[in-house]
Amino acid sequence: MLAVFRARNSEFFRDRSTLTWNILFPFLLLLGFYYIFSQAQPMYKVGVLSVQDGYISRPVFMAVKHIQFIPYDDLDTGLAPLARHQIDLVIDIDRAKYWVNEESRKGYMAEQLLAVKDPNFQRRVIRGDAIRYVDWVLPGIIGMNIMFSALFGVGYAIVRYRKNGVLKRLNATPLTALEFIFGQLLSRILMVVIVGLVLFLGARLLLSTLMLGRLGWLVLTMLIGALALVSLGLLVAARLRSEEFTGGLLNMTTWPMLGLSEVWFSLEGAPHLVQQISQLMPLTHLVQAMRAIMLEGAGFMAISDHLAILALMAVVFLALGAATFSWDADGR
Amino acid sequence: MGEVIAVRALVKKYGALTAVDSISLSVPEGCCFGLLGPNGAGKTTTIEMLEGILKPTSGHISLFGQPASKALYRRVGIQFQHTALPDYLTVTETLRLFASLYEQPTPISELVALCSLGEFIRQDVRKLSGGQRQRMLLALALINDPDLVFLDEPTTGLDPQARHNFWDLIGTIKAQGKTIVLTTHYMDEAQTLCDDIAILDQGKIVARGAPGDLLAEHFAGVLVQIPIANLAGHTVDMPFVACHDRIEIRTEQVDNTLQKLMAQGIPLAGMQIKSANLDDLFLKLTGHALRG
Repeated sequence: MLAVFRARNSEFFRDRSTLTWNILFPFLLLLGFYYIFSQAQPMYKVGVLSVQDGYISRPVFMAVKHIQFIPYDDLDTGLAPLARHQIDLVIDIDRAKYWVNEESRKGYMAEQLLAVKDPNFQRRVIRGDAIRYVDWVLPGIIGMNIMFSALFGVGYAIVRYRKNGVLKRLNATPLTALEFIFGQLLSRILMVVIVGLVLFLGARLLLSTLMLGRLGWLVLTMLIGALALVSLGLLVAARLRSEEFTGGLLNMTTWPMLGLSEVWFSLEGAPHLVQQISQLMPLTHLVQAMRAIMLEGAGFMAISDHLAILALMAVVFLALGAATFSWDADGR
Repeated sequence: MGEVIAVRALVKKYGALTAVDSISLSVPEGCCFGLLGPNGAGKTTTIEMLEGILKPTSGHISLFGQPASKALYRRVGIQFQHTALPDYLTVTETLRLFASLYEQPTPISELVALCSLGEFIRQDVRKLSGGQRQRMLLALALINDPDLVFLDEPTTGLDPQARHNFWDLIGTIKAQGKTIVLTTHYMDEAQTLCDDIAILDQGKIVARGAPGDLLAEHFAGVLVQIPIANLAGHTVDMPFVACHDRIEIRTEQVDNTLQKLMAQGIPLAGMQIKSANLDDLFLKLTGHALRG
């Protein structure tokens, strides 16, 4: 028994990727979440409209502690999250008006505070039910599934093929690297989009999840998002031979995206830097675009920025992945 | 007959290690050429350079009388020593996949008949036995109806029956006029199949020629082996080499040698007489065992 105990310990400590995964990664995760949520969470969130930068005629209400004030460029952008109970009040400083959702309990409390501090603000009412968490999280889960399936499905498969000699065998045929790459990527894109749609339809059937937009835009978003993610998988796997190292690298790629791409929780309230980093991740754009379609009924124009960024990422990842791809990357 | 392969001063280096050290050789059309040597001798590196898989550090390779090029490699079929195939595909699906990569593939039914794949054509490739798998890999190597076929240790790990079946198959392919380049460390395989061999050691060719010619050149006569136990109380009055539990006497005149031994009263029970084989040749040329 002692011999097995010792052998197993040696195995654990000598497998560097497992060691890293088991020790380093939880610390990184802990530090990451500590940083993201380092700011005290506000009790209320209030949208603020004003054409004056820096709020020159700042209302007294804005000096109240534990309220987060979120600037919005126009009224419609501010009222949408108010209707979904994502913020509690919208105030227009220049016109001394405020909007409250009468269905929202937190909205009622925030309104009482405003009435005490700035009684001159005129009341406007909107209505709207709160978005259920399941509605909010569904695009995140679909996005997460696309990400894992795309990155591991392409990255791991290519490295395994390279390691066990499938790529070498294919290299001895007239098949070109580009033909091989596109065959792999297209197959995986088709699979992840089908699985994504099954998830979407299953959730709609079982839980009557919200779908305010058009299915066509959702499919388009999934396709472009999957393209960006499979291309990232190709880039990671373009030259690697070690499945262990690839596994580590793919985990290092997927977990930050999982934490910072608003899959499980919103980054509203997170430090600005974290929000900026989040915008560099393809999953963020995929999830935000799908969420906009499903929860806000967004059309093509509303999601076009996300789609353009995803398409740009896909082109860059694909070009770099194809340029660095090697059939047998062991220096031979 | 023209030369299908002509190689001049071929070198492959990995950092400080020279895996293939300036070898030159040629293989005529229709020949079965064997590249022999122990593990690490440079056989696979050499064959992979000839196949166009590895880039030589220096040297020149001609195929079918022209400098090796992508177009010429379309006339080549390869069976790798270690290869995997896409998972979850059946034999027939795998054959179809590879056939689709060529403009004019051999009809699959022909390959199935040639390589006797009929019994397991619908089986998952992961579930094939060693012999079945090698036959399928050979079918893949023949899928483009190549003029030149490379077989890298095709029978390693097979049981004797599967090996002999595979030899019959190679014989059929050879009879079709295809040129075959074979690496192996089974000497009986090389002696059975190859018209011409090169023995490689430490990246260099140490012997080259037809197996029979090489043996005739390096070994005259036969080897008489007598158990050491038979020598108790006797003196052997002729040159011999002690080897484990026996002595070996090399002689060109077997009758005389045996008469002398009997005259000296040495019992001949357990005696063996054998001709030198390629193992012996390799031992003689390089000083270490072929399968080392």
